[in-house]
Amino acid sequence: MKRRIALYGAAAALALMPLAASAERGEDGHLNIIYWQAPSIMNPYLSGGTKDVEASSLVLEPLARYNESGELVPWLVDEIPTVENGGVSEDLMSITWTISEGILWADGTPVTSADLAFTAEYCMHPEGGCAQGARYQDVESVEIVDDRTVTVHFSVAKPVPYGPFVTAQAPILQAAQFADCLGARAPECTEANFNPIGTGPFVVTDFRPNDVIQLEANPNYRDPMLPHFATVTLKGGGDAASAGRAVMETGEMDYAWNLQLAPDVIQTMAQGGQGVPVSAFGTLVERIEVNMTDPSPDLPPEIRSTREAPHPILSDIRVRQALSMAIDRELLVEIGYGQAGRPTCNLVPAPPIFASEANDACLVQDLDGARALLEEAGWTVGGDGIRVNADGDRLVLDYQTSTNAVRQDFQALIQQWWREIGIEANLRNINSSVFFGGDPGSPDTFQKFYADVEMYANNFPGTDPEQYLGAYRCGMEPRPSNQWQGENINRFCDPEYDALHLELAQTADIEERGRIGRALNDILMQNFVIIPLVDRGRVSAHANSLGGVLLNTWDSELWNAADWYRVEG
Amino acid sequence: MFNYTMRRLLLAIPTLLFIALVIFLLLELSPGDPMADMPLTIPPEIREQMRLALGLGEPWYTRFFKWLYLFSVVEPSHVLASITGLENLAIDGQRIISFQTRSPVGDIIAQRLPQTLWVVGLSYLFGILVSLPIGIYSAYRQYSWFDQAGTFVSMVGFSLPTFFTGPLLILIFSIWLGWFPIIYDTTLVVDSWYDFALQMRQMAMPVFVLTLYNAAQITRFMRASMLDNLTQDCVRTARAKGLTERVVVLVHVLRNSMIPVITVIALGIPQIFTGAIITEQIFRVNGLGQLLITAIYATDIPMVLTLSVVFAILIVVFNLIADLLYAVFDPRIRYD
Repeated sequence: MKRRIALYGAAAALALMPLAASAERGEDGHLNIIYWQAPSIMNPYLSGGTKDVEASSLVLEPLARYNESGELVPWLVDEIPTVENGGVSEDLMSITWTISEGILWADGTPVTSADLAFTAEYCMHPEGGCAQGARYQDVESVEIVDDRTVTVHFSVAKPVPYGPFVTAQAPILQAAQFADCLGARAPECTEANFNPIGTGPFVVTDFRPNDVIQLEANPNYRDPMLPHFATVTLKGGGDAASAGRAVMETGEMDYAWNLQLAPDVIQTMAQGGQGVPVSAFGTLVERIEVNMTDPSPDLPPEIRSTREAPHPILSDIRVRQALSMAIDRELLVEIGYGQAGRPTCNLVPAPPIFASEANDACLVQDLDGARALLEEAGWTVGGDGIRVNADGDRLVLDYQTSTNAVRQDFQALIQQWWREIGIEANLRNINSSVFFGGDPGSPDTFQKFYADVEMYANNFPGTDPEQYLGAYRCGMEPRPSNQWQGENINRFCDPEYDALHLELAQTADIEERGRIGRALNDILMQNFVIIPLVDRGRVSAHANSLGGVLLNTWDSELWNAADWYRVEG
Repeated sequence: MFNYTMRRLLLAIPTLLFIALVIFLLLELSPGDPMADMPLTIPPEIREQMRLALGLGEPWYTRFFKWLYLFSVVEPSHVLASITGLENLAIDGQRIISFQTRSPVGDIIAQRLPQTLWVVGLSYLFGILVSLPIGIYSAYRQYSWFDQAGTFVSMVGFSLPTFFTGPLLILIFSIWLGWFPIIYDTTLVVDSWYDFALQMRQMAMPVFVLTLYNAAQITRFMRASMLDNLTQDCVRTARAKGLTERVVVLVHVLRNSMIPVITVIALGIPQIFTGAIITEQIFRVNGLGQLLITAIYATDIPMVLTLSVVFAILIVVFNLIADLLYAVFDPRIRYD
């Protein structure tokens, strides 16, 4: 195989002799990437894990994806279908994609519309357990128009029809390779799941699950000059700190993914001089969720933390607002995230068209204002500095989050601020595989929310928050009758909000969508049911000798690995 | 002896079944979910479908017996097939599938075994080679400066955890001095002296960390056992007969002292296979220890269950071997 690559390289070199000698496939040798979470599988449809989606993005590609500024760019097509160019039907019920001419799979066969139809069938198979099912939601059928054209028909009007075949989460699979892997047979196709044939810049030569992946340049990649690197090693495992060290201090590795480390640790590493940290922001917001329902253990299990039992303290908006006003978000960012964070007052911090500016007052801490609000709500300072109401109930809240050093620092700081305004917070942290595990039998999941407030981070895929904002509609809350599955963690319910969201679902015009999206965000923010803290960015690091890195939080970090090159010197 | 061995082996079967059941139930009852690692952006109904696709919809006893069948019949047939090279020995159809990788658990374990055997096995071997002479000489010259130094080193080995010594070595030898790589390259194929040197360099730090730990334990055992025997009447008799010190110590004392030490060494061998969870993680050796810990984090029940039961089998078997060795080295012990 290596010899074949060498021959291709030689052939390419001969063909391009008159041109610049510096532009040929594989001229930059070997690239070392480190992911401290090791990829387990190369098929994003069978694993939603970020590490797996990103590793597979070196091989598998979508028709269109988001670039580093969150704009949708054509990838395997010539243009993005829109209503204007006729690619999306007027009634928003269908979208027509045409694959660019001459796109080949790594094995040399052409990419056809049958592959697209197959990919949709693969993910939509009821027994397959497809992790990316949400991207294919409401797809009624995928109609093959001709060899390179398909029309995706939706069962409802889709103002944003860029779900199927868009972003690294929903790439195209080769029908020939996965033909026998539908539904329940998906896990049996180990060979295909580890070595998928793709259109991307690299092909897998050796896949060792949860350890290391070796790849080489795809001989049939559409641009004959790319990729610059001939071979790639993607090593997995270990911890973020030593991954950062391997790039910035010892220079063993060229690229380290997602360094979730304290800002001062990253600063110290950067002094090693071998590499630099890079950061970018997406939509991930660290927030405190307020429970609108009563989590008291005295209530029977079918009522506890459900809408039948409103929260005795937090149902009062003044208390919720005081909780938010007491927080110094600047300080939280400084301590917890450094260059990888910025204070935010919004649930939807980006893209710009959806980012509201109406709530920015929260950026300034206002302890006196918070105290005044609590007084007004009837909570007066008791003997030990903790407020009590007329009935003598103390203002005590249970505050839970997952186990994580930064989150425990945040808990301690916020506990202190709340204490200054007369609120006592009982802190609790839960192992993240339990907290985020969603086991209906466990009392400690974030969905069950057997606490008054809880803290975690969440974001939405892509650039459109419709589905994300839709989670806060009435009836979407986790409750016993749906096995505690649901995304309306706060149990928020406002018919006005639901009506506005319905309007969003029927609007295609982007300006109008922006306006409605911001209004929905503002309803949630001005009700203080969600207290946003930090807009969390992504920090990765690359060696000084690696060029072309454009950190992308909207898609895979390795989205443009074909363009990465070796910097001389 | 044969009867005894057979009896022990037969008794091991219910023990292992019980162990497997207990591990399964522990995993079943413990909180945690294979979907916990997935981003929150995946909606709950899709998570539910993914759970069903992993077979989690079936009742626990069905899953346990399915696993038991696959583990005791299907997987051994694949092991046999790959050892003998006869493909048709392997039973077709479903195998034990890992939740994380959707691939057969057996294949991943086979892929990981060499790393662990190399690094952990070598460190165990070095540990024994270093600790026996130190233990013998420390006991012979009790309270000498050599004994004091040996005691100090083994106390350091005992009390400094590998999660401290590992990063310390990385800091000194990789970052300050730049001698050894931080990242262990599991794909390295040794087919030249140059590659061999690379392999030695990347193994140096993890092997050293584990050797220190292993040697610390065995040295103390060896020393204690020698001290017991040095004061025996037979030793005085041997000296009185005019035997040289060399013969007295290395033949009369050492042979008797080795009996408990060999048992300890045999009982420690399963550790080689279970891997060194922390050290493997620190140096990214990615052997069986790292496999187990990542599987636990990801609630990969089939992987954790299979690995744990394999370890249980090894422990039961090496217990038996230790008992048999005891009889071989000590003629006073008879099992019939």
